[in-house]
Amino acid sequence: MNFLNFLVAGVSLGSIYAIIALGYTMVYGIAKMLNFAHGDVIMIGAYVAFFSINSQSLPPVVAVLLAMAICTLLGVMIEYLAYRPLRNATSLAVLITAIGVSFFLQNFALIRWGSSPKNFPTVVPFGKITLFGGDLIISGEAITTILTCLLVMVLLTTFTQKTKMGKAMRAVSEDKAAAQLMGINVNYTISITFAIGSALAAIAGVLLCSMYPLLNPTTGAMPGIKAFTAAVFGGIGSIPGAMIGGILLGIIEIFGKAYISNQLSDAIVFAVLIVVLLVKPTGLMGKKIRVKV
Amino acid sequence: MNKTKLVNLPSDYQIPERDSDKTPILEARHLGIDFGGLTAVDNFNMAIGRTEIAGLIGPNGAGKTTVFNLLTKVYQPTRGTILLDSKDTAGMNTEQVNRAGIARTFQNIRLFDKLTVEENVKVGLHNSTLYNMFDGILRTPRYWSKEKVAHERALELLSIFDMQGMANQKAGSLPYGAQRRLEIVRALGTNPSLLLLDEPAAGMNPSETAELMDNIQKIRDTFMIAIMLIEHDMSLVMNICEGIAVLNYGKIIAKGTPEEIQANPAVIEAYLGKQKEDE
Repeated sequence: MNFLNFLVAGVSLGSIYAIIALGYTMVYGIAKMLNFAHGDVIMIGAYVAFFSINSQSLPPVVAVLLAMAICTLLGVMIEYLAYRPLRNATSLAVLITAIGVSFFLQNFALIRWGSSPKNFPTVVPFGKITLFGGDLIISGEAITTILTCLLVMVLLTTFTQKTKMGKAMRAVSEDKAAAQLMGINVNYTISITFAIGSALAAIAGVLLCSMYPLLNPTTGAMPGIKAFTAAVFGGIGSIPGAMIGGILLGIIEIFGKAYISNQLSDAIVFAVLIVVLLVKPTGLMGKKIRVKV
Repeated sequence: MNKTKLVNLPSDYQIPERDSDKTPILEARHLGIDFGGLTAVDNFNMAIGRTEIAGLIGPNGAGKTTVFNLLTKVYQPTRGTILLDSKDTAGMNTEQVNRAGIARTFQNIRLFDKLTVEENVKVGLHNSTLYNMFDGILRTPRYWSKEKVAHERALELLSIFDMQGMANQKAGSLPYGAQRRLEIVRALGTNPSLLLLDEPAAGMNPSETAELMDNIQKIRDTFMIAIMLIEHDMSLVMNICEGIAVLNYGKIIAKGTPEEIQANPAVIEAYLGKQKEDE
């Protein structure tokens, strides 16, 4: 029964990676850039939720909504101030800028809120479920995380498939210039993408800190990198790829910790990524990019 | 074939007689662009009537597609003015020009391959499908009613080319001719008053080209819009265009009706080279 417990832990950790990975993959798909500040938006979201609950004693649901609203604003602002002026610059310049924004956010949090870890309160209203006479324990956090992840996946898929903004996003990701010639406002579409990705980051931040309740300015950094790995693993630019990549990565990490070595679990995660990319360079769900001559 | 007489405007522009009492839909005045030191298009003057089918022809590299890129603001012109429906388009970007009424197709097909045929048309309908983010996320009644209208409109537009049956196929999987037709449908979705077709008959066989000619005229007659096309297929150009401009080395060397163009020595020279004098 240990196996099932590990599996549940893996899937719930993976669900968090998946939600974060969606932000990376959507932004990459549309703006063709790696937003390395995404992990730090998670951290900001978690801080907002933390202070809303602890200092303002708001109910957790309101705190999450507030965190989402502030992160949405933050994401759109980052795009507008830092990335939009570089729309026609080399991808390397944008990448360095993204790293710069990441450092900025981390240090902002450090100065504003200090380096000592905060104890994140529990936001999940219900307790654990015990199955098989105590052999399988599923925590309330795990249930919430997995359900949230499923909900996000369904909502996001229907949004991109069925709404006009979703179609505009897919059109821009395929051919920016042609979309513009069809009257699509490309800048607005990219802003929407950042808004959605950042709102998801806020959700991920709260879920992450409910599961590992220590919050400090670098909380978002490592999950951010791992979620990026998950996005690449699943095929960057692909929404189902990010979901599958995230969940698989979570499972691999927990199984690696449980069965092989606690210290080596991160190394195992990245080793799997390297092997997958050697075999299938476009990631699990990635499609070959046709190059027109 | 409805041949219309072209009339000269005072400023040396030509538009069909039936449109002569209306302001032209498009007027380009002294339009020009330089790339570095190279002048790609210079002193381009043209007026297009509201329901005219106009042709832009010329040898390869003459600057025809560059003219389209200037009109749609893919390139910002170095010199000159573009008046769309008497309004200056200076300072507008591609997307704004599209909203103002110019839609186009591409020489090398640029459909959204991963989207279905219907979705491609719906991207064209984007700006006329009026609901906001929250309607989309929350699926409000407005979302359903507007999406239903967009769906019906998309199928209606596809029916021009008898393509309703392909609505759910991926655009990238369509045969070549159908992709060219879908590009026209998608452009029509943006509700243009001027449709620019960049080599619509490229790669088509004679029977497909004949069908295309009928369809271009049908589109003009149904939507009552102006159409400007770049084409190398002279039978198509001479049969359906009312006014033709010939471009060579970035400059207009002749303007007129198909008959005038066919008889113009400068045009023959541009296409075939200078004839040697009999000795």
